[in-house]
Amino acid sequence: MKALINDPEAVVSESLAGMALAHGDLLRVHTDPSYVLRQDAPISGKVAIISGGGSGHEPMHAGFVGLGMLDAACPGAVFTSPTPDQIVAASLAAHGGAGVLHLVKNYTGDVLNFQMAAEILQDQGVAVEQVLIDDDVAVQDSLYTAGRRGVGATVLAEKICGAAAAEGMALADLAALGKRINGQARSMGLALGPCHNPSTGQEGFQLGEQEIEFGVGIHGEPGRERLAMAPADTLTRMLMEPILNDLPFHPGDPVLLFVDALGATPLLELYIVYRAAEAVAREYGLHVQRRLVGPYMTSLDMAGVAITVLRLEADLQRWWDAPVCTVALRWGL
Amino acid sequence: MNYDTETLMAWMRCIQERLAQERAELDHLDAEIGDGDHGSNLSRGFAKVAEKLGERVPESPGALLKEVAMTLIGTVGGASGPLYGTFFLETAKAMGASAAFSAAELGRCLTSGVAGIQRLGKANAGDKTMLDALIPAVDVLASQGDVAAAAQSAQDGRAATIPLQARKGRASYLGVRSIGHADPGAASAALLFACLVKVAR
Repeated sequence: MKALINDPEAVVSESLAGMALAHGDLLRVHTDPSYVLRQDAPISGKVAIISGGGSGHEPMHAGFVGLGMLDAACPGAVFTSPTPDQIVAASLAAHGGAGVLHLVKNYTGDVLNFQMAAEILQDQGVAVEQVLIDDDVAVQDSLYTAGRRGVGATVLAEKICGAAAAEGMALADLAALGKRINGQARSMGLALGPCHNPSTGQEGFQLGEQEIEFGVGIHGEPGRERLAMAPADTLTRMLMEPILNDLPFHPGDPVLLFVDALGATPLLELYIVYRAAEAVAREYGLHVQRRLVGPYMTSLDMAGVAITVLRLEADLQRWWDAPVCTVALRWGL
Repeated sequence: MNYDTETLMAWMRCIQERLAQERAELDHLDAEIGDGDHGSNLSRGFAKVAEKLGERVPESPGALLKEVAMTLIGTVGGASGPLYGTFFLETAKAMGASAAFSAAELGRCLTSGVAGIQRLGKANAGDKTMLDALIPAVDVLASQGDVAAAAQSAQDGRAATIPLQARKGRASYLGVRSIGHADPGAASAALLFACLVKVAR
């Protein structure tokens, strides 16, 4: 598989170096340990919001560093959580004296590394709260799994908590807000093909011309089941129904509808899915108040789509609309 | 049979060499039920371990394994970094400042390491994880002092993960689809014990 790389070992570091050059007005890239910091960090008196995870999901998370969203992001190796020293260094660099909020996707590696980092930070007298994101309805949450994965709700929590932090919300309230967002967001995704890891050369799974992986995560791992390919409207309904029935959403609920491309799916197709997703939402009686459509949480070059629905009360909508200035999201300025 | 700083250095070098050779195979095992990078991540970690140990020889087996632990935690990432890091860190704590250990004594120290993994990862035997190779191997080493038998137990434990359904880690997302594949963590744990046999004197 061809990839625009030089050295498989240097994929993440060279990409971050490019990001630093391209977006020096918004962010700074620190190396060894590596993290991406908001250009004007630390912001005195503001809670610092830190997220992180494996690389390969760009623009998440580094693309969300900036005014009104994240103060720092910790990129791990491709599909591999960052290490505690990265998280500690990023948190200390971003800390403006009002504590640190860690937004963590529920994967064993992310959970363990953020947990170790939080213990080290607390030993150093930094107040840390953690919000665990686990919105993926494809995974059954039971004693017999690692629990639901964190997917699209992460982007929404980063935006909304980022806006609330910019307004001066205190650490404990921000943690409660993050948990509330996670509690009322649900997601599911499907893949038309595997992704290719440029660091390992590995391909996640093999799919026939007429097959899809249904209920995929964002790391190239196989999904819940393998199904036959179908038209976009049918596939969209297959994603929307389990999402809407899980929370469950009720007729009259105001919602934010997020249709995410997993990396290789073009916008041309994504809007076809969006059209179908909004039609299903209307059928359920939901009021779609806000939309996000595009490749915001990707899985390298995977062809596929993930849908997230968030119940969006007035306060959440106000924070969603608040100014944001990052590489990937920019409005209200 | 004694395990001192020199033998444990050789153990780490053996692990580093075997991981470099078997990296693709471990990645492939991981691709079947995870995200295909277990070999690459561990290989990166143990390459760094070899580099650090090449600069300076620690003064005791405990100090050596502590250095190994901190290096793995700082370079591997994912779940395996903290888990193997904790394994070596808790083992190092149990070793204290002693200069040498019999096989059974080493086994008892490694038992603390396994307990550390269980505490952190909240997994048990039968969940289809590294513990399925580590628990039987460390039990045999601690009770019999027989490193070859311990390595065989680790191998058997690795094979025994094939029919299991994963209940922890990324493979658990697959549900019944995780059945029929060896767990990559159990495979790397078996590699650790295969190396321990090689360096035993």
